[in-house]
Amino acid sequence: MTVALPGGIVSAPLSPRRVLLHGFLIAMCGLWLFPLAWAVYSSLRPFSETIHSGSVSLPGTLDLSNYITVWNDAELPYYYLNTLVVVIPGVALALILASVIAFAVTQFSWRFNLIVLMLFTAGNLLPPQVIIIPLYWLYLHTPIPSLGSIDIGTFSFAIFSDNDLLYDQYIGIILIHVVFQTGFCTFVLSNYMKTISRELTESALVDGANVFHIWWRVILPLCRPALAALATLEFTWMYNDFFWALILMFHGDKRPITSALNNMQGQFFTNYNMLAAGAVLAAIPPILVFILLQKQFVRGLTLGATKG
Amino acid sequence: MGNSTTAAPARKQEASGAGAAASRGRKRYSVLTGVDKWQLFLMVGIPLALDLILIWGPTVASVFISFTNWNGYGQITAANVNGIKNYQVLFTQYLFFWPAVRHNLIWLAFFGLVATPLGMLLAVLLDREIRGTRIYQSIFFLPVVLSLAVVGFIWELQYAPTEGFINNFFPLNRTGHMIDWLGDPNINLLAVLVAASWRHVGYIMVLYLAGLKSVDPALREAAAIDGATERQIFFRIVFPVLAPINVIIVVVTAIESLRAFDIAYIINHGKNGLELLSTLITNNSISEASLVGFGSAIAVVLLLISLVPIVIYLSRVMRPERS
Amino acid sequence: MDAIAAAFKSSTGNTLKLNTVDHNTFQDQISSYLQGTPDDVFTWFSGHRMRFFADKGLATPIDDVWDKVKGNYTEAFSTAVKGNDGHVYGIPVDYYPWAVFYRKSVFQAHSYKVPTSWDDLIKLCQQMKKDGLTPIALGDKDGWPAQGTFDIINLRLNGYDFHIELLTGKQKWTDPRVTATYKKWAELTPYYPSGFAGTTWQQGADTVVQKKAGMIVFGLFLSQEFSGPGDLDDLDFFPFPDLGTQYDAEKALDAPIDVVMMSKKSPNLSKDLSAAKSFLEFYAKGSSQLLLFKNAPGFIPTATDTDKSSFSPLQTKAAQIISNAKRITQFFDRDSRPDFAGANGMQSFLLTFLRQPQADPTQLQGKMQQFWDQLPQEA
Repeated sequence: MTVALPGGIVSAPLSPRRVLLHGFLIAMCGLWLFPLAWAVYSSLRPFSETIHSGSVSLPGTLDLSNYITVWNDAELPYYYLNTLVVVIPGVALALILASVIAFAVTQFSWRFNLIVLMLFTAGNLLPPQVIIIPLYWLYLHTPIPSLGSIDIGTFSFAIFSDNDLLYDQYIGIILIHVVFQTGFCTFVLSNYMKTISRELTESALVDGANVFHIWWRVILPLCRPALAALATLEFTWMYNDFFWALILMFHGDKRPITSALNNMQGQFFTNYNMLAAGAVLAAIPPILVFILLQKQFVRGLTLGATKG
Repeated sequence: MGNSTTAAPARKQEASGAGAAASRGRKRYSVLTGVDKWQLFLMVGIPLALDLILIWGPTVASVFISFTNWNGYGQITAANVNGIKNYQVLFTQYLFFWPAVRHNLIWLAFFGLVATPLGMLLAVLLDREIRGTRIYQSIFFLPVVLSLAVVGFIWELQYAPTEGFINNFFPLNRTGHMIDWLGDPNINLLAVLVAASWRHVGYIMVLYLAGLKSVDPALREAAAIDGATERQIFFRIVFPVLAPINVIIVVVTAIESLRAFDIAYIINHGKNGLELLSTLITNNSISEASLVGFGSAIAVVLLLISLVPIVIYLSRVMRPERS
Repeated sequence: MDAIAAAFKSSTGNTLKLNTVDHNTFQDQISSYLQGTPDDVFTWFSGHRMRFFADKGLATPIDDVWDKVKGNYTEAFSTAVKGNDGHVYGIPVDYYPWAVFYRKSVFQAHSYKVPTSWDDLIKLCQQMKKDGLTPIALGDKDGWPAQGTFDIINLRLNGYDFHIELLTGKQKWTDPRVTATYKKWAELTPYYPSGFAGTTWQQGADTVVQKKAGMIVFGLFLSQEFSGPGDLDDLDFFPFPDLGTQYDAEKALDAPIDVVMMSKKSPNLSKDLSAAKSFLEFYAKGSSQLLLFKNAPGFIPTATDTDKSSFSPLQTKAAQIISNAKRITQFFDRDSRPDFAGANGMQSFLLTFLRQPQADPTQLQGKMQQFWDQLPQEA
């Protein structure tokens, strides 16, 4: 029970109801964390052990051997690199495009304002499978220049295509991510930019600044909190994508790490301990981002959910 | 709400003063130079073009292709057009269409009646200033930051018939008959729904918490002073005030149910009880089978169903714009 | 594969650039792969599945290569490599039989006898059940393993001609002969494990390795699961029993052949053409094939000049059973259209059947036929 006092609401000391509440919450949390904890536990056990004493058994040895094997055999560092190659430009471009549209839509009024905003927002809400068939065909038939590549170890990152098509290229995945996510980012940023007075833009225009300059120098810096929140969210969403890379990328070694997890199942068959290590390794970056930037996360979703 | 009120007086000022805000083609915005106009054109044009080419273009194309029997190779010609045949087959003959629709509806029902309310409940419980609320929230939200591929795998560790946790920990095997969580078509959808809800609950919780925080505390205080119980405060005052957020939550739930794909696909490509409209599309047209026309018909069905929550969402969130 | 690349280089001086993709992805994306920018040469399956893509103009005919190497192949292979237009499109690389596999030690321990007739098989299953074993293992999560059983029962009951015609649309799925196949299969299904729809084929084969199951209808390549000490030597198989029809004499069985083909749309093909052809010729040699399959007891090289002394007893027996067969099929999903046999089609239909095998299959058969009927014409 809360007590309203001048200055705010403070919580009452522990009452039986409170204890019940905490009990319920703690039980739920336990239930919630268990599947992930079990995956971590499984990943720390060598396969030879679980084959012997069953998967649900007390630990004999706990070591990182699965992690080492997966890291080396499955060449995980390269998959992380693949992911970064897709996600970092993706987030940057999505934010740039979204902020540009949001800027034009909120700081200037023109006839198709609303329609444009609606197109973008709705675009993000469509199930990807609705557009995948023509998109697939489009990717197979769009010519993209091959201008060389950057080779890192055994992995090669083409600029911009290694088969003269959009299909099976990093640029293709980046592009669909950007366009798909721009909707949500535009929506959030336009909400945010609406709170920026138009007079700022007007006076800057009067002073002779051009539109681009205003966007870059005046408006964007004011949006830093929203941009930070969106960057966190988008990093996670693009990182976690499974479908686009699965369909629009052919070579397994080019895929980002979440789709590569699928490959690993083919490689390690029924060695669940090894696969668990792979899954945990794939899950670590977003979890880290979440722990470090939790506030941004929540803010991003909040901005996206509520208006103002 | 704050936004619309800021815009209105500003516009009034502009209309009367110099340096008036203009819309293209209506009033002259004398301060916008030619360069400015080009920049604006590009700023809107480029993203819009990309959006139209990569998202709306394919959407419209899907509709057209659904009236053909094109198989994706070579050119699509008049010979390929077969009218509404794909739809006829889909609705009356294809054995897996109605089960998929049913499964999507079950997904919606489960999310709507179990997962979303649970998320809302957790939000309400955690909206107080109790000790550890931050930690609780983090834990419930954690699955949201995991990829669905990872979620699928984590739950496979639970559900696997011989090596999974559930079958090994609980004495469920009756003389050799073990519960086949993922292979038994009567229960595998439920198993997948539990895994998907594990993630959905946290997402809803955060959205609802955001909404709850926007409720004016004065409202609650007033009710508390008037002697209302917590329950009454929530259902009579808070819940109605949160009407806009409630709509968003419902819409988000619907959209997520229609987008369901990853977990079912990872488990067995969406067969034998895990058919979903999204997996049907994938299996029919972007796998070795290249039944592009047929698959597009399924895609159009999914599109039409999805447009319902999308339109509701747009009408809700775009409402203040119009005023 | 690297050994082949090295040997190819030393033999002809040409360099081979390898692109490995995981099995499932490659199959799923074959059509976009071939239409996009495929490699010059790619591995694939023979049968209708090969002809399907050849008909669409996605493979280059290699009659000239075949003329050079055909002396090294038996007659059975020469039919497998031809497209519908009579041209040759693939070079056979390896093959393997589908049969009933078991562990010798398990049979010895329980004094089981290898069944030669259907009734013997059923009796053996009943005995195994009493002894606490799962009589027939099955892991059908991926949908295709069960197709092997459909194949063999249909072949024995209705013959090779009917089977192939059925899979290519010249016979109907509503035919009472197909009903007979399903009904016969239903006699076997009580002996399957309860969780077969949720386990992969590897997990199914593992139950045989672990001596929890007695038999499994599968391909020779399940031997990869028999990796423990002594496991492989303990592995044996027998041909699927006779059903008492005239078609038993065909001794027909699934013996899929993997081939290597030349793509059409590879951007480098015109430049690499002679090198690609010499690679295909190189691959047609027994010595090259041995390099690939030396440590893969689940596959048998196809070239006649392969040094058979390096074969394991199992491989020799497998080659023998295939050469004894008068009719060979390629396996359900290679003998039929991929858009019919896949997850969107027969894989799911068979899983539906297996849910209630004792039910009357005629309605389900009607659905299968309807699905076939609405498929667009091939090429």
